[in-house]
Amino acid sequence: MTPDQLLQLLIAGLTIGSIYALIALGFVVIHNVSGVINLAQGEFAMLGALIAITLTGETALFNRAWTVNFNLPLFVAVMLATLAVMGVGALVYLLVIRLSHTNSVIVQIIITIGIAITLRGFALIVWGTDPYRLPEFTPGPPIPIGAAVLTRQDLWIIGSAFALMALLYLFFQRTMLGTSLRACAVNRMAARLMGINVSHMMLLAFVLSAGIGALAGIVIAPKTFMGYDTGTYLGLKGFVAAIVLGGMSDERGAIIGGLSLGILEIFAAGLLSSGYKDAIAFLVLFVVLLIQTTGILRRRRGIREAAGV
Amino acid sequence: MERATISPMTDPVSLDAQTRRTRILARHPNLVAFGVLTAVLIALPLVLRNNYQISILNFIGLNTILTVGLALLMGYAGQVSLGHAVFYGLGGYGVGILAQRTGLPPLAAIVGAAIITGLIALLIGIPLLRLRGYYLAVATLGLNVIFLLIATNETELTGGPNGLAIPGDLTIGGFTFDSDLKFYFLIWLVTLALIAVSLNIVNSRIGRALRAIDSSEIAAETLGINTARLKLQTLVLSAMYASIAGSLYAYWIGIVSPSDFSINFSIELVVMVAIGGLASVWGAIFGAAVVTLLIELLRNFLPQVLSGASGEHQIVAFGILLIFIMILMPEGLTAGSLKRLRAWRKKT
Amino acid sequence: MKTRILAMALLIVAGLILAACATPTAAPTTAPQPAAPTTAPQPAAPTAAPQATTGDPYKIGFVTSVTGPASSLGIPERDTALMIQDQVNKAGGIKGPDGAMHKIEIIVEDDASDASKATLAAKKLVEQDNVAVLIGSSGSPASLAMVETATKNSTPMISMASASQIVNPIAERHWIFKTPQANQPVTAVQLDWLKANGITKVASIGVNNAFGKDSRDAMNEQFKAAGIEILADEVFQPGDKDFTAQLTKIKALNPQAVIVHATPGEGAPLTVQYHTLGLTAPLLHNHGIGNKDFINLAKDAAEGVMFPIGKLLVANSLPDSDPQKAVLLKYIADYGAFTNGKAPSSFGGHGWDAVEIALAGLQAEGPDRTKLRDYFENQVKNFVGISGIFNWSPTDHVGIGKESLVLVRIKDGGWEYVAPDQYAAK
Repeated sequence: MTPDQLLQLLIAGLTIGSIYALIALGFVVIHNVSGVINLAQGEFAMLGALIAITLTGETALFNRAWTVNFNLPLFVAVMLATLAVMGVGALVYLLVIRLSHTNSVIVQIIITIGIAITLRGFALIVWGTDPYRLPEFTPGPPIPIGAAVLTRQDLWIIGSAFALMALLYLFFQRTMLGTSLRACAVNRMAARLMGINVSHMMLLAFVLSAGIGALAGIVIAPKTFMGYDTGTYLGLKGFVAAIVLGGMSDERGAIIGGLSLGILEIFAAGLLSSGYKDAIAFLVLFVVLLIQTTGILRRRRGIREAAGV
Repeated sequence: MERATISPMTDPVSLDAQTRRTRILARHPNLVAFGVLTAVLIALPLVLRNNYQISILNFIGLNTILTVGLALLMGYAGQVSLGHAVFYGLGGYGVGILAQRTGLPPLAAIVGAAIITGLIALLIGIPLLRLRGYYLAVATLGLNVIFLLIATNETELTGGPNGLAIPGDLTIGGFTFDSDLKFYFLIWLVTLALIAVSLNIVNSRIGRALRAIDSSEIAAETLGINTARLKLQTLVLSAMYASIAGSLYAYWIGIVSPSDFSINFSIELVVMVAIGGLASVWGAIFGAAVVTLLIELLRNFLPQVLSGASGEHQIVAFGILLIFIMILMPEGLTAGSLKRLRAWRKKT
Repeated sequence: MKTRILAMALLIVAGLILAACATPTAAPTTAPQPAAPTTAPQPAAPTAAPQATTGDPYKIGFVTSVTGPASSLGIPERDTALMIQDQVNKAGGIKGPDGAMHKIEIIVEDDASDASKATLAAKKLVEQDNVAVLIGSSGSPASLAMVETATKNSTPMISMASASQIVNPIAERHWIFKTPQANQPVTAVQLDWLKANGITKVASIGVNNAFGKDSRDAMNEQFKAAGIEILADEVFQPGDKDFTAQLTKIKALNPQAVIVHATPGEGAPLTVQYHTLGLTAPLLHNHGIGNKDFINLAKDAAEGVMFPIGKLLVANSLPDSDPQKAVLLKYIADYGAFTNGKAPSSFGGHGWDAVEIALAGLQAEGPDRTKLRDYFENQVKNFVGISGIFNWSPTDHVGIGKESLVLVRIKDGGWEYVAPDQYAAK
């Protein structure tokens, strides 16, 4: 492989990796505040993209029984779709998670699997099996870097992922609301004693995660397209990325985990074997896990609680 | 669900029922349940009308073997596995490859596959079980991904994505299993035997040690339990259970393909165990039966309730039911419905 | 406590089993009403004689992947089957060999793209619903898993999947037929085009599942025999969305043409990324991308893509003398009306062929499984279908080959027929 080709692989890895990172971030935000591993995270991405696509153009829904034609400008559609999915996130919390009074992580996981199946089923009924395409945000020829190319949408994907991460960082560190959320993550009981409404914070976490997921799905939809089952695939990768370096409770771990998973996959396919791409990525992750079973970036404190089911 | 204890009369309800029959029931609940299950299983083929219904029971039997093993690992030893289908697959592909390459007779192939699966579980388990909680979950998920890729890519060995046809019928001692009904008796005989083994383990010193690990690994260690070894043994045992189920499946259907051992199926197994109630052998059987029947029932009933209903509506219904069951009865369907019944009785 | 739990468990299971037994037959699957009235079905209903008596409905079992990864194949297949049921029953049914009119009942089962669920569905249809003929499934692994059920129960089965193992070895596949072309003739058409253009070095990229594997096997066998060098044989997993790694590798090898084995879900983003990365060699897909989705998704990148496929896509540009033309145009119109304007795909076409052949058999022989099988093997001659003109025989249970295929080029967002004499042009 020439350096140009390696650069090309790196660009592709960063692009897909930043999407994994966003999905992983969604996992961590919910988990830190509520202790729930939300396996419907990928479905938020799918819904966000499909709603945005529906709002931007003419789409036939419900097996062509109903054709809608919104033709909204892209920016408006993206905003509305994100808000809509945030609403779905709120509903998921209010109608399902809030009503479940269990401490068993396995039971919680199964509940979120149920949510994922239900959302996917609804999407199948509404949009059918066809994949859909969202127009590129800024169409135009790709930008050459040596012999490698960077598409404009790749820039959008990487750029918005990092912008979102920065915004979240500011939100968590600099705002009262963000600090309250963090307080819940550190110690829910203490937060409650300090007068923080933990239930509201959990609702906020679900809304926030749904929004992050939706945006991730929307920015990648022009590149990969989106069908009712694409979310499952993204969710699975995000789940792995969220756990492998940060034990599902460290935002930085989730971001680095997502980026490394993306880069690893692409390099495994490009340099070794495209047939065993995912296997190679997993093997490397295994080794990392075994070398440092507690998660590379995990702070020493509270390791047991973080990793224990 | 309540842990299996032999001490009778702990339940106030059984106090007022002092007949001899209930006393036996209370003193040897496992024995009685085992007897009832066996009787029901012998009677069922007399009632059932066709091979489709027999086949559903065969699937319940196979799923029971899988969930009973997985319940030992998850409920008792406290280890989450999102890749149990791998061991099921090793049993399925194992008999196919052994029979094809070595010409081993079926019974030897089944035993051989189970031993190989056990060894693989041992080798994987040594590094894997050092991981805990979520890490173990993600590692087992990865294991499933790797297994599927090998099954898909190594066409020479596994037949690739189209699957591996199992050469020959399952013949044991001159008796050929060539119908759904014959497999029904074989599968359930094996299932009952493995249930008996599990019950013995659960109610033995090992079972108590496993439960100790589940509640607190550190406490168990200080009591002198070699937790690492015990967990490894449980993994190997449940892997061998799964392998036997996989081998029976392979001989019964005649072909195995990667889609039979998907991550979806691994998750389905975890759902079965949870619906049954995590730490319970009987719950695992129940979970396997309920989930398998539920999927079939939705297929039969939904189109009658909702005209034009099809696969899309079935998965939505399944998802919503799953959420409902787990919210209302997080301790599993049996223990949960009983609790509700008692609360309702108290009210009236 | 323990005993009560057990009792409760047994009670619930017993209840569920009873419920399962209490449904001897599934309700007839009712079809959504078509928007416009449809005309009588093609080979099936002759003019319904008013004096004919009404017999029991003829039952056809239809296993398809409505959900799961193969659902983009399964849904058009299901819709086509329901459409035909609707047409035939509106016309009063079909006239059986007993002279009575019989409605048809197509019982659709979803296998969720899963082989073991397909087996169970097949058993239900054969054993419980007592269907005369079994159709299914959409995918090759599911179809292969159903083969044993059909064979053991001596029920004729018509698969809608591509793998040639479904009907081979033919001695063991006495009861099994299938309607899609095998992958071999598809590859043969690609090979003709490559030869006409003097291409000797190609690269290949395909989906790592049964469909991609079968297609890649055919390519490896035929291309090598023809002296065409395959520089790279790359794969990707179903569901993958980024193909940069494989395409970068291929780009470095500088092939004269690239062969793709995929369906639109992955084939379309792959084609877009192919152009983005600056690859310019001609792109030859296989029949997996034969629906409008591919063009809608890949848009400009789809221009110039070529692929061999049945004549359905270019029905309009076929000469009127083509015996399939009328059948194809009618199917396109009927399917559009039934589904509120969905564009037909070759997958639905495979379903049409399977159901219509089954109906022809039922009309001639009635619901006798053995007679139906014999009819399929010996009487299906020059049957004009969507995928081709079928001639089933004791040595051939596919019955269509290379002659049923045309080479199609995507041009201006539509399909353009490329006649064999134009292969070398452009």
